[in-house]
Amino acid sequence: MAKKKVKPSFEPRIVVFACNWCSYPAADAAGINRLQYPPNVRIIRTMCMGRVHPAHVLKAFEMGADGVLVSGCHFEDCHYSFGARNAAEQYKKLEMLVHILGFDRKRLRQEFISAAEFPKFARVVRDMVEEVRNLGPNPVSYNSPIKQKRSDKHDLAVVDLALTPS
Amino acid sequence: MMPDLKQIKETNALLCIECARCSGICPVARYSQTFSPRLLLTKTLRNTKPDSIQSADLWACLNCQCCEEICPSNIKYTDLIQILRQAVGIQNMEGTCSHGGILQSISQIMASANLKQNRLDWLGKEYNTSKNSDYLFFMGCLPYFDALFTDINVQSLNIARSNLRILNYFNIQPQLLSNEKCCGHDFFWKGDIETFKKLAEANLEMIEQSGAKKIITSCPECYRTLKVEYSRFFGKLPYEIEHISEFLSAKLAVEKIELKSRDMKITFQDPCRLGRHLGIYEAPRACFTHLPNVEFREMAHHHKRAICCGVSGWMNCSQISKQIQMQRLKEAQDSGADTLVTACAKCQIHFQCALRDTQLAEQITLKVKDFSELFAENLH
Repeated sequence: MAKKKVKPSFEPRIVVFACNWCSYPAADAAGINRLQYPPNVRIIRTMCMGRVHPAHVLKAFEMGADGVLVSGCHFEDCHYSFGARNAAEQYKKLEMLVHILGFDRKRLRQEFISAAEFPKFARVVRDMVEEVRNLGPNPVSYNSPIKQKRSDKHDLAVVDLALTPS
Repeated sequence: MMPDLKQIKETNALLCIECARCSGICPVARYSQTFSPRLLLTKTLRNTKPDSIQSADLWACLNCQCCEEICPSNIKYTDLIQILRQAVGIQNMEGTCSHGGILQSISQIMASANLKQNRLDWLGKEYNTSKNSDYLFFMGCLPYFDALFTDINVQSLNIARSNLRILNYFNIQPQLLSNEKCCGHDFFWKGDIETFKKLAEANLEMIEQSGAKKIITSCPECYRTLKVEYSRFFGKLPYEIEHISEFLSAKLAVEKIELKSRDMKITFQDPCRLGRHLGIYEAPRACFTHLPNVEFREMAHHHKRAICCGVSGWMNCSQISKQIQMQRLKEAQDSGADTLVTACAKCQIHFQCALRDTQLAEQITLKVKDFSELFAENLH
């Protein structure tokens, strides 16, 4: 990846929706196996990636997330059999909306990561953090708790992405 | 927080004679167990505790203005509701946003981000637009609806395409704003004035820069907001605004244009913003008389008694909305029409959604069509 000159202080904040049955255990396994991946992700566990409505993702962008990763099982592994397929359908809509709004497409990603694919999880997160870091901060100037925390580099564990219940 | 009594006085709320005609005509009160305009008004005036107005009922109102139309004391219910929502909204009390709040998020992102939108991707070469025309076509959120409502068979961008076809037919190459923002209608009625002002300022600046004198819109909500709310908050406006139906009726009255059309029986849904809010009932009906082979039929409730499509501001879509929509669709069916024409993209979405009901599908064979689509396909 070509290195662009960006402010060194910018650490992207990426919201990861990970499903309870595949991607969340994969993230867990990455930790157990001591695979390194950047601490810029905030993982939100959902029961299925089909549960992630486009509204949740746009809410994250609205509140200042620099990138969003929606991850879950492969189609054939989905715990609820049709959830991942639903998610793929919803994702098409979402991609379109994010494009019309004018966000860079790279800020949004959907990945199918099974519980055994923890190296893939670490790799995807590394890639995405790098890509979003090059893109720079989210242009949304929402006066959210996240933005206020941005100056505080060490406080990376704070998750203030209040997602609306639908 | 309770709103100013002075503000409430301006809505004539103190003149209520408790005749309850408002509650009799309210489409929500007909199906809701708890909501009625009169009760809401009485609660506000008694003013015992702030939480009396913080109930979900405040968000059940559709702002359809039926009650205002019938009130003998001329109470401005919609203004009252807006004032109350504004007062309550400061404490972060909100109604339930439909579709997970996605439409509010979209508008909020438009308001707060300096993003270059890609909202004109659909624009083909067959449409003539220019950069210095006196006319400007304000399309509203149609590209977003088009992307979002693919699963209920609504192609909202066809409305935008049809409008451009109509304008091009009359040799007008309108301007389009490539970074047009949401007009702020939903935020105004939600009581979020801060966001509304942000959006309005951005839009006004862009319109002023474009130098357009006349704005044509297909959306009654944008129409009302750009005409009434913008002038209320920002004074004299540098433009005139017209709904496509007004534009078309004026053109058809002057120029002799032969339209082609196949045999059809149509009926018309008066959008609340266009009808009761702004008093435009006859312009679309005048246009229908120019269509040969088309028989126009009125529904049981029409003109100022027309029933709302059931949802406003992308909030509070509930079982009550569905019941209102079913009643309206049955009325349309009973009028003998085979096509229900609406002049609002949102009415179209809501009716199309209601038609997905499997029980209703057996009884109702209507098609829902937008006003501009109907005319664009009948132009030579």
